[in-house]
This record gives sequence, C-alpha cells and structure tokens, in this order.
Amino acid sequence: MSAIRYTKDHEYVRLDGDVATIGITDHAQEQLGDIVFVELPQVGKSVEQGGEAAVVESVKAASEVYAPVSGEVIEVNAALEGEPAKVNADPLGDGWFMKLKVRDKSQFDALMDEAAYNEFVATLS
Amino acid sequence: MLARQSPCGRVAPRPECRLSDLAVAAKDTLARTPLYELHVERGARMVPFAGYSMPVQYKAGIIAEHLQTREKAGLFDVSHMGQAVLAGPGAARRLETLVPADILALAAGRQRYTQFLDDNGGILDDLMVTRLPGAEERLGLVVNASNKEADFAHLRNKLPELQLEVLADRALLAVQGPNAAEMLAQLLPGVETMAFMSWRKADWHGSRLFVSRSGYTGEDGFEVSVPAAQARAFAERLLSDARAALVGLGARDSLRLEAGLCLHGHDIDTSTTPIEAGLAWSIQKRRRQEGGFPGAERIERELRAGPTRRRVGLELAGKAPARESADVSAQDGRKIGRVTSGGFAPSLGRPIAMGYVESDFAAPGTELNILVRGAPLLARVTRMPFVPHRYFRG
Repeated sequence: MSAIRYTKDHEYVRLDGDVATIGITDHAQEQLGDIVFVELPQVGKSVEQGGEAAVVESVKAASEVYAPVSGEVIEVNAALEGEPAKVNADPLGDGWFMKLKVRDKSQFDALMDEAAYNEFVATLS
Repeated sequence: MLARQSPCGRVAPRPECRLSDLAVAAKDTLARTPLYELHVERGARMVPFAGYSMPVQYKAGIIAEHLQTREKAGLFDVSHMGQAVLAGPGAARRLETLVPADILALAAGRQRYTQFLDDNGGILDDLMVTRLPGAEERLGLVVNASNKEADFAHLRNKLPELQLEVLADRALLAVQGPNAAEMLAQLLPGVETMAFMSWRKADWHGSRLFVSRSGYTGEDGFEVSVPAAQARAFAERLLSDARAALVGLGARDSLRLEAGLCLHGHDIDTSTTPIEAGLAWSIQKRRRQEGGFPGAERIERELRAGPTRRRVGLELAGKAPARESADVSAQDGRKIGRVTSGGFAPSLGRPIAMGYVESDFAAPGTELNILVRGAPLLARVTRMPFVPHRYFRG
C-alpha cells in the first residue's frame, strides 16, 4: 500500500517501496487552470529535494515544479506530451509527472500528510 | 510550483512563478466594477488587475471561454477601462496635437484607433476616439485601465482649455463573437446594421447606452457603455441568451493575441513607436504629410526609411509556449529581438507569440530561435493576425 505526502509548493509524492511518483495537487491544477504543456526531465537525471524538476504551463503562465524528495528519475509520464490536460482531469492519477528512485525516505516522512495539506490549503483562501 | 495569477500586471505571466505564489490578493485596496458581485456569484476567479479586482476566468476555464467567444458569443466586463468625453471648440484639432490619427476627418458617429505619443514618438497609451454627434464638438475616448489616470492628467495638462468629463459612473461591457450582433439586437434593435467602428446611442429600459461596433478579440462585436446602476441587469439580460457566457481577462488576452492586437505595457510602450509596432495604418495620410503630433519627425523618418526593428508574429515549431521577455536570436545565435506577448493559442491548439526583431529578420518565413529556459526553440516569423479577423463589413 502506498502513502502520499504533500509540499507547500503543491506537489504530491506517492511512495511505493523506494519509488516515488510525483505530480501536482488538485488544488494546484485548479489554480493553474487549463494546462497546455508540461516539460519533464530526462530519465536518468538526478534531482535534489527542492530543486526544479519540471515545468508546467497553463494558458496564463509557466510554473516550476520542484522535487519533493531527492532521487533519480526512472520514468516520466510521456502521455502528458500529447495530452497535458490529463493533469487537470486526474492530477493524482493519470496526470502524474515522474517517478523517482528515492535515496532517503526520511525526506518523504517529513512532508505533510493529507490532513495537514488540506489544512494548509484552507489557510490560503 | 504554482504560478501566480497576476500581480504581474497583466492577466498573466511572469515567467516562472512558484506554484505557491498563487496570490491572495490585497483585496482591500482594489476597486470593483459594477459587475463585481455578478462575477463572484458566477464562479469567477478574481485577480488584481490595474487596481481592480477582475475576473481572470470563470468555472469553464480560459480555453473554453476563448472558444465560446470564437464560436458563439462572449460577454466581457471591461468597466475598468477609462471612458471620457473631451469637449470644447476645436477639440478634434487640439487632440491631434497629442495623437497621430486624423481626428478632423472623423465623421460623427465614427471611431478610430490611435495612440497618445510622447516627444520621441513613444506610445504613452493606445485608445479609441469617437466623434460624437451633436452641435457641440465632443469626442468620446476609451483608454486602457492601467493608464487612465495618467492619460486624463495628460489631457488636462496639455489641453487645459477643453473640458474633460470622465464617465466614472458607467460600466463598459464587450459582447464579442459571431452571435453577438443577433444577441444584442434582441435588446437594442438596429445595432445589427451598424458598421464596424461606428458608434450610436441607444435606450434600454430608460437608460442611455453608448454602443460601438468594435472590440479586442478579432471577432465581430460591440462595446456597450451602460450606467453603473443598470449594468448588472443589462449583463443578466444578455446572459439569459443560451448562446452567451461570461468570459474573463485570461481569454481576453489569448483572443487578442491570436488577433495580433497589441497590449499596452507589453507589446507597445514608450520605448516603441507606432511604426515599429506595425500601426502605420492608424496614421492617415494628412497627418503623415502635415505632422503636428509628438514625435512626428521620427515617425516621418521611420515611415520613409523603415524602422530598425519591427513587431512580428512568431509561430513556434514545438509545443512549449514562449512567454513575454524571452530573447529571440538569429540562426547564428546573435540576439536580435525579444518576445512581448506569448502563450498558447486555443483556436490553433499550439503556441504563438509576438515580439520585436531587427528589421532584417522581420520577413515572413524567417526562421529564428526563441530562448525558453535556456534552450533555443525554433520559431518562424509569420503574418498576423494568427486567426483571421471577422469584423462586420456590412
């Protein structure tokens, strides 16, 4: 069974063993509006926690997506190239961005759980 | 990661904002249009724009609102723009000392696009000027929201002998799209026969409206000035037509970009002249010959010898959008220009941009690179508009 954590920058990370699936939250996609392009990293690239991992572009603006945890990119969601709107339709499912092989699971444990993230989002409006 | 919706001035993009920057507006300090409550009730996302709290989009989203306008009709609240009447003997001749358009030749009930210029021929703002019917010499003006205070101060300063009446108690609604004429004619019979860039008064349930057949989307459509107190009722009446929907500033921006229209503060400003910007068409023959407007010497020279740089349309080969401020380089890597507006074109399903390039690189078909996040993206100079205008030509 996988667990999910969130960042204050509105990324989520789902951990299965040492594989982290990363994407943006429903709140994030909702705030961004129609997503028209996603720039994903190269497979094999090493990303550091808090470092830029991807770029998501809505009609209005480009936003950086930061790595919630450090690790090596082992897979990216190639389907987003043709259908970036999947991020709007199913951000936590088909709209995932990338999978990382995680180096340090304690980074994951330190992030917000769902209840904490929902509470955080509630403070934003 | 999330981007910011706006304090960037425009609806849009400061390239690369964090998602967490999603701005919570300083709501207290923002002005509201007469349709503020309507926007909120209809699910608008309100953002700060030019000192106002404005709808950037509604629930449908920018792409749907954009396509709605191209396919049926969109209703835009543009009440933040500045509406004014400049009156007094010689008003047209006097206004010509500030703008390069032929205002004297403007017939009653006709309007023209022009620019307030500074002494270098730079563009202080762009505006619409209407010669109002009647015995007295009166000109209707519509100026950009961001510049309206400066524009009105400029007019009072330069033309102190004229009366400037600012119509602060009026909303301005734009109805744009292929169904706009039929829809508006149900409320205001006869408007469907109005010529493009013409103006008339109309009455609606005892209110005096000003209607012009113009807009900022490239579609046929109207801008309707409505007394603030009646604005909501008028908007709701229009929205009761199933073909109409509210459209926010986000789609207004993508529509005007596809139409190749300039946004002041981005595509035109005091560092650009109307000639560089490709707006020579808005300077009529008599004014070119006689001059008598700020920066006339430079503009005459640029008309004769050509400007050193030109505003061009850019079609990107790939799918990544290029945003404002991105550098444009020649094939050899030399920087030759800059993007001033760019984004995803919903009607085309791909990214487009406009910007300035050195004149040697301005020919349609020229291949250039736009630098996005350090990587060169192939782009081709293209004629504008990107999407054909569909103005009403009678």
